[in-house]
Amino acid sequence: MAQKAIREYDAKSILAKHWDKYFPDFTYSYETVLVQNGSELKEAAKTHAWLNEKPLVAKPDMLFGKRGKNGLVLFRDAKPGDVSLEKAASWIDEKSSTKQEVYFSFDGDTPTGEPSVDMLTHFIVEPFTPHDQSEEYYISATCVGDDDMLYMSAEGGMEVEEGWDEKVTEVAFKITDTEDQIAAKIKANIPADVKEEDKENFAKFAIGFFKAYRELNFAYLEINPFVLQGNKVELLDMVAKLDDTAGFMMVDQWGDVEYPTSFGMEEKSPEVLAVEEADAKTGASLKLTLLKPEARIWTMVAGGGASVVYADTIADMAGIDDLANYGEYSGGPTTGETKFYAETLFDLMTREPDPQGRGKVLIIGGAIANFTDVAKTFTGIIQAFENYKDKLKAVDTKIYVRRGGPNYEKGLKDIKEAADRMGLYIEVYGPETHVTDIVRMALEK
Amino acid sequence: MLDYDYTIKRETPSVAAIVAPTSGNKFEKFFWGGDEIMIPLYKTTADAKAAQPQADVLLNFASFRTAYDVTMEALAIGGFKTIMITAEGIPERLARGMNQTARDAGVTVIGPATVGAIVPGAFKIANIGGTIDNIINSKLHRAGSCGLVTRSGGLFNELSNIIAINADGIAEGVAIGGDRFVGSVFIDNLLRMEENPDVKYMILLGEVGGTEEYKVIEAVKSGKIKKPIIAWCIGTIAKYYDSGVQFGHAGASANGEMETAEYKNNAMREAGIHVPDTFNDLPAKIKEVFESLNIAPIPEPEINIVPKVRRPKQFICTISDDRGEECTYAGFPISSVATPDTGKGIGDVISLLWFKKQYPKWATEFIETVIKTVADHGPAVSGAHNAKVTARAGKSVVESLVTGLLTIGPRFGGAIDGAAKYFKYADDNDLDPKAFLSYMKGEGVPIPGIGHRIKSLKNPDLRVTGLMNFAAEHFPSTPLLDYARTVEALTTSKKENLILNVDGTIGILMVDMWRALGYSEEEINEFIESGTLNAFFIVGRSIGFIGHVLDEKRLAMPMYRHPMDDILYDVQKAEPIA
Repeated sequence: MAQKAIREYDAKSILAKHWDKYFPDFTYSYETVLVQNGSELKEAAKTHAWLNEKPLVAKPDMLFGKRGKNGLVLFRDAKPGDVSLEKAASWIDEKSSTKQEVYFSFDGDTPTGEPSVDMLTHFIVEPFTPHDQSEEYYISATCVGDDDMLYMSAEGGMEVEEGWDEKVTEVAFKITDTEDQIAAKIKANIPADVKEEDKENFAKFAIGFFKAYRELNFAYLEINPFVLQGNKVELLDMVAKLDDTAGFMMVDQWGDVEYPTSFGMEEKSPEVLAVEEADAKTGASLKLTLLKPEARIWTMVAGGGASVVYADTIADMAGIDDLANYGEYSGGPTTGETKFYAETLFDLMTREPDPQGRGKVLIIGGAIANFTDVAKTFTGIIQAFENYKDKLKAVDTKIYVRRGGPNYEKGLKDIKEAADRMGLYIEVYGPETHVTDIVRMALEK
Repeated sequence: MLDYDYTIKRETPSVAAIVAPTSGNKFEKFFWGGDEIMIPLYKTTADAKAAQPQADVLLNFASFRTAYDVTMEALAIGGFKTIMITAEGIPERLARGMNQTARDAGVTVIGPATVGAIVPGAFKIANIGGTIDNIINSKLHRAGSCGLVTRSGGLFNELSNIIAINADGIAEGVAIGGDRFVGSVFIDNLLRMEENPDVKYMILLGEVGGTEEYKVIEAVKSGKIKKPIIAWCIGTIAKYYDSGVQFGHAGASANGEMETAEYKNNAMREAGIHVPDTFNDLPAKIKEVFESLNIAPIPEPEINIVPKVRRPKQFICTISDDRGEECTYAGFPISSVATPDTGKGIGDVISLLWFKKQYPKWATEFIETVIKTVADHGPAVSGAHNAKVTARAGKSVVESLVTGLLTIGPRFGGAIDGAAKYFKYADDNDLDPKAFLSYMKGEGVPIPGIGHRIKSLKNPDLRVTGLMNFAAEHFPSTPLLDYARTVEALTTSKKENLILNVDGTIGILMVDMWRALGYSEEEINEFIESGTLNAFFIVGRSIGFIGHVLDEKRLAMPMYRHPMDDILYDVQKAEPIA
């Protein structure tokens, strides 16, 4: 639940869908396709004639920028603007066949930092648009603090990123500003360097752009650059994030939009995906992030705030290398949901013993619950103990429990009795013990 | 919340009303200790606010889909000092607009995504504090000396517990909510606590992400906040991971070094705020600061214990009570209204038991006049006839009476209801007599309360004259009767006997009575809908029916059989259906 990045292709599609509403004075050809390989591109050419007729530009559409500097924009074969469908298709197949290195930061043209390595899976293909550098402009909008910010520049492309302070005009808007106030502010702040004959159109375009940003619930929207040729606009490159909390109101406006994971992010494990799926189906909250599955301290913590302080405390006292996971269960999950979540964790933590031969530590922590029934959720954990007791013993697990809230006395008593009966090592504490103190106790053993 | 109120011995519930758009009920029952109380329900926030203008806090429990609309409506209605919102994940743009509108209107918003707030010993809102057991363990049942502000709801409880163990509890506390855009932020709450003399020191539990803590640092540096603050930002672990891992709430994501927990903790420490080395050291820090303040110990107040087992009541009674020394009618012992020296009559008893009010003399006398007027109308009317036939079949008084009463309805006695309903409708909608007549024609019903078998303008019904004279003399005003008279002028111009009859006069004057007593038009409509007017007829006519039944018993009349020559027999042979 937050701001989520979307593909350039989807950003353009959303703007194109509402073009006449926001940009009635401009035309945009919306010639763009998203493909995963060369044959898909050729298939697309059967319905998009321009793919056969015009020189093309192809680039990955996977949420990362600096594609030019990474050598991942195809716009020339022998010379700029001569890329055929055939060439684009073969280039896409070539780039998607092996893992690619991508750098996210550059000093000049020299990459800095470590590259991310991953497969390229999605490409956006568009016509090559011959234009003059002077026709390129920059515009973006986002929210900073309590205000919306509009950034405009008479220079687009890489120029603007490298000379942000001198080249960009910033305008701030209150959330309560009216359309007239917004239009007036934009008109009064058109960058001085915009060509005189473009100034009026630039203002019109910027007003429509900012209105689209607001009404379509973008969290971030950037066109860098756009090309203004009279009343004709080309959107050469776009970056966008949506406020996905607005998703329920924007079903029609956004259409079928996808939230891809970033390039280079590890694929989510099946266990994490299973927890996500369970989370989506319940009114409660189940979250799991694997940090270092081979590490020895595992946490099963109730509550968003508590899960953070446990992670903080483990990092402080044991060091980050010992923390295997981060996650939480909260909002009154059922016994069954809690059992599923616990079993997922126990399965992961008992796969391998600690490489240094130490025992594993399981922190079943939580603050004092507001309304979650502790005895009910602990029943789920006890059921998971039953199924994993031998595996838990095999990796020499020591269990530390701390919890308060509705029915906590019964919950603590039940879990202690069950663990003792099964021969699991367990220590159990209630609200009289400081919430994270079990981390200290576990590490002193 | 009501359990909390009861526990701390609050005299009246902190909940004034509930807005329940889909409920058909007018109230909902809730436990108050071992007892139950009723909280009124309203369909809309506007209705609730109009009926309960003293309520100045709105707890908005609507979902993320509608919470925005509910808040904006409440802001437009006005009169709320504080609005709390529990929904998590309201669209950011809507949340920002809502928060700003509230700020401009001087309304404090707590949340979105909050578990609530508490002023120990006074009231609490929403789930904050958890169970009553925990509230008492954490000393949230009486005011302490700490002002507590957190983002997280679960950790609010935890902090309350820590403060109870290491200090003397809290004076007020707010969980500001976990969403990125919340209405009141740390500084808003801390500045209020700075002004609250009960707050001796403050505790702030922040989070990685955002820059709100810096506003607090500014206020401390500039001297706006002078009371000691103990603070900690959770999420120090976030620095080890890139932005892909979301720790905790939606608001908890660091953009840049300034927003990391570690950076904020250091900045607060440098500004002179008491910041422990780790979260685990927070209890010791609280103890240290609290002890340095040398605050006098707080006496522990007595509390009520909420019973473990409570049974909801099957029935509710709001009119009379037989639990005390003497049974009461709406709070008045029977002896205080029964004997002649009390000066009270049957009209007073009706006003107490039917309307739970003490009606003035003119109104109770009018009620009695009505009852006397409708007490009987001879043996031939259907109800009296039924009662007589049943009595002659050897049945008891009660059996005979109910057969008579069962005929009362739209055709017998119902004109009182109908007259009140239609004349009020016409008057409410400013229909002139002509328009009213054509409206009734459209409805396809004769005007209830108009017309008499034999009486006319020249030969007036003296019962009607009596009622009208009484009203003219004693009612403050009779707007509906005045209107009905203009209708009567029109109908009698068409036909002599289309006069306002006794049923019509009673129905119409009842409306005038209620208007003069200050009831709203809606309340009067409810009286009409629920059959209250008919009830006067039922009470009055029961006197007559019983008279007829006793008359039959006295006369020892035999079983009645209707003469066959008074029946038209027309019986065809039933045809088979294929």
